[in-house]
Order: sequence, then structure tokens, then C-alpha cells
Amino acid sequence: MRNSVWLVCLFVVMFNFSCAQQADNQVDTPNMVPFTAELLIDELPIPWGFAFLPDGAILVTEKSGELIHFKNGTKTVISNVPEVYSRGQGGLLDIALHPDYPNNGWIYITYSSAEGDGEGGNTALIRAKLKDNSLVDNELLYKAVPNTTKGQHFGSRIEFDNEGYLYFSIGERGDRDVNPQDIARDGGKIYRLLDDGKIPNDNPFVGTNGAKTAIFSYGHRNPQGLVKHPETGAIWEHEHGPRGGDEINIIKKGANYGWPMITYGINYSGTPITDKTAMEGMEQPIHYWLPSIAPSGMAFVTSDNYKGYKGNLLVGSLAFQYLERLVLNGNKVIKREKLMGELGRVRDVKEGPDGLVYVAVEGKGIYKLVPTL
Amino acid sequence: MKIILSTYFVSLIGLALWFQQDTTLEESMKRGSEIYADFCVTCHLDKGEGVANAFPPLALSDYLLENREGSIRGIKYGQDGEIVVNGVTYNSVMAPLGLDDKEVADVMNYILHSWGNSTETVVTPMEVAAIKKN
Repeated sequence: MRNSVWLVCLFVVMFNFSCAQQADNQVDTPNMVPFTAELLIDELPIPWGFAFLPDGAILVTEKSGELIHFKNGTKTVISNVPEVYSRGQGGLLDIALHPDYPNNGWIYITYSSAEGDGEGGNTALIRAKLKDNSLVDNELLYKAVPNTTKGQHFGSRIEFDNEGYLYFSIGERGDRDVNPQDIARDGGKIYRLLDDGKIPNDNPFVGTNGAKTAIFSYGHRNPQGLVKHPETGAIWEHEHGPRGGDEINIIKKGANYGWPMITYGINYSGTPITDKTAMEGMEQPIHYWLPSIAPSGMAFVTSDNYKGYKGNLLVGSLAFQYLERLVLNGNKVIKREKLMGELGRVRDVKEGPDGLVYVAVEGKGIYKLVPTL
Repeated sequence: MKIILSTYFVSLIGLALWFQQDTTLEESMKRGSEIYADFCVTCHLDKGEGVANAFPPLALSDYLLENREGSIRGIKYGQDGEIVVNGVTYNSVMAPLGLDDKEVADVMNYILHSWGNSTETVVTPMEVAAIKKN
């Protein structure tokens, strides 16, 4: 009898523990949404990233290597775009404008590049200006090494913080046991540079023997979301996990985010990568997804245009093909909602200068979310 | 005697070719499995089961098994537009993977002989080279 009482107690405790993650790993489909999705730019195969020019035009990177300028319904292909190393997940990746773009005209682009020694490619960052439908004054600011013919995990997103530092991400290039935990190697890192590509003196590994001093944080798998928090100014990141274990992290200087020593995911084959989800000296995500949604693109809603959405985080899902709305309480995800279901793989999401949300969907194009409530 | 001898040699050559095809296939599949793990598994998953309504299955896929040329073309040049796989319509974009002809042949051999799939002839780089973009 006594034993069974204990067993019941044990059961209750175990049951509660096993449910602890469920509230934030459950996604709801709302009956009503405060917008209609209007297709603004059509016929884009894989719109990877986009940026808003001050004159109302939009620049869109196509994974295949095209940079498209869109204004008043007209698409123009921009010339003198660097050649991409077209393999696997590589291609023309993210695009961002300098915070002071109206005065200096700098545009930043990441892409997979075959530049340098060795067969294959790795992620590169350039800056350039736009003139007469062409990129001019192109400057290579960073090129990860070594080149590899691996097809996966190039990253990459670009974001500026309030101090004008440039952050960008590179995935671990399919070499998880070698790259992400080694600060002497590229890959599996968030990098921080000055706007001209120079390395800030106070980067965390400046002065560390052998370290890549552009590194700001490490232990990442494949980050394809990077956004500045509108109030705290902190850089928020999300990254693809393996099978399960996609993460949202707040990026801290010099911190180790644990891949592949700790993870909430497992191998695609179902075998474990590690039995650890936490270790001393490694950061915990503020949220992880089980199963993986394959997150790409991330934006905070800062306007009052969409009723109830202000302060929420929006994330694209490649695997399940929807836009995810995450309601936050501080740094904690308290509710997840599935928006724009069944449209296609959501590659990027941004809040425009007009306070409206724009969503890039593969095989479709860029949608504008027009408020209805 | 002549007949017996010639039959013997013909069978010998036949068997040799047969075994050679076997080892060629085995090696090609081994390389193909590595390419699969690098390029394909994220979407089509470990057992080729795919993801409902997003990424078509490869395991026991009628499209793959009955449309060899279209499947090679899809891997070689990328795939978009609607395709019907086992009665379900898919309309996702698969970007060109950047594989060379030998790699396409290897990964085809791997997926054509895994998870219950089978086919009689080995895919060769020459066969892949001959397939043009539509």
C-alpha cells in the first residue's frame, strides 16, 4: 500500500515535469487574424532576404544569385552582384541597409562565395552602393574559411544594433564536431564588426591567441534569424536545430550557445547527439521548438497596426509553411500562433518603415499584411 | 563442345558484369548516402518519408519510381511547380542543389534502392549528363 502511494506521488511529479515544456511548444490556429495578406511582389522563386529603401522601393535577394529592385510594380534586376557559390543551401542570402543609409548609401549583403583557396565555398559579407541599377564600390568585408563542398549551414542574417555595430551569422557548414565550439575557426558563430568591416577593439576574443576576433558568440548551428529588440536593443537570434531543438537566443558577448555539446534535438536518424540539454558555461535558449519548425527570418511588431500584436515576435517556418506569432512575457514565450498557413515556405519576415509587416514566401513572393481590425 | 564453351564464357562475362554492376551500385549508393545526409535529409527525412503536404516522400514514391528522368531533372536543375506523389499534390520549390552529374547519379542510386525502393538499372553519370533542362 505504502509503495503504491509513493508510486502515485512519483507519477504526479513525473507527469508535471513531462508537461512543463508543453505550454510553449503547442501552436494554436486563431479563428480571426487582424490582417489580410496581399501579394505585393509576385513570382519570386526563393526570396531569401529583403530591405526597404527610403524611396519606397524594396531590394530582394533571390537565393539563385539575383538581386531584384522593386518599385511601383516594376522589377529590375541589379547588376554587378557578386557571384554565388551555388550548392545546397548556399546562394545570395541576407541584405540590410546601413542605419544611416540616406547619408552614406551602404548596403550589406551576405552570400555563399567560392573566393579564396580550396574547392567549395563559405559565407561572405560585402558592402556596396546602388547606382543606376548596379552595385558599385563593392567591398568584401568578411569571408569565412575554409571553403568546403558541404551543402549546408551557411547562415545567414545581418543586423545592426543601436551603437551601429554590424552583426551577422554563419552556420557551422556541416562540420558540427569541428567548427562551432572552436573560436579559432569560422562557422557556427555570430560575428560583430564595425560598419567598415574592421573588428571592434572590445570584441570578446580580441587578444585571445589564435581566435577569430570577429566572433561575438559561438556554439551555434545554423542561425537564420537576427533582429534587434525594439526596447532593450539586444540582438535576438534564432537557429535551426537538427531534428527538434530549434532555438531562440538572446546574444551575449563572448557566450557559448552549446551546439553540439548541448541540444534539445536529435540526429535526423533518431539517434541521440548528446544526452545533455544543459552544461555549465553554456547558454540556455529562451525558447526551443519541438518538433522543429525550421525557423527563417524574424521580426518584432512595434506598431499598433495589428490589434494585440504589439511586442510580439514573428518567425517564418520553412518546414510547416506558416508565419509563427510568438507572444512574449519579457523573455518568455507564453503563446504560439500559426498565421498564414498553407501558403508556402516562409523565408523572411520584416516590419517595414510604414509599420506594416512584410513576409517573403518561397514560390510566391512578398506579401504585405494589410490591417483589417 | 563449342557450344558449351561459348555458353560458359558468355555466362562468365555476364556474371562478371552483373557483379561489377553490384559493386558499382554499392559504392555509388555509399557516396549517395553521404550526399543525402548533406543535401536532402533536412526536408525528405531519414527514412525518405518526407513531410505531409510540404516535402514529398521518396520512400515508395510512385513519382520517383515511375518518372526516373523527371526525378533526375529535379535533382539536377531544381524542382518547382506542382507534382503529384502517391496521390498527393505538392507545390514546393526545391532550389538547384549544385551537384555534379556523378553526385546526382550517386544520390539517385541511393534513393532508388533505399526504404523499400528498387529499380533494375544503375543510374550513371552519363545518363544524368544527357538530361537537359526542360
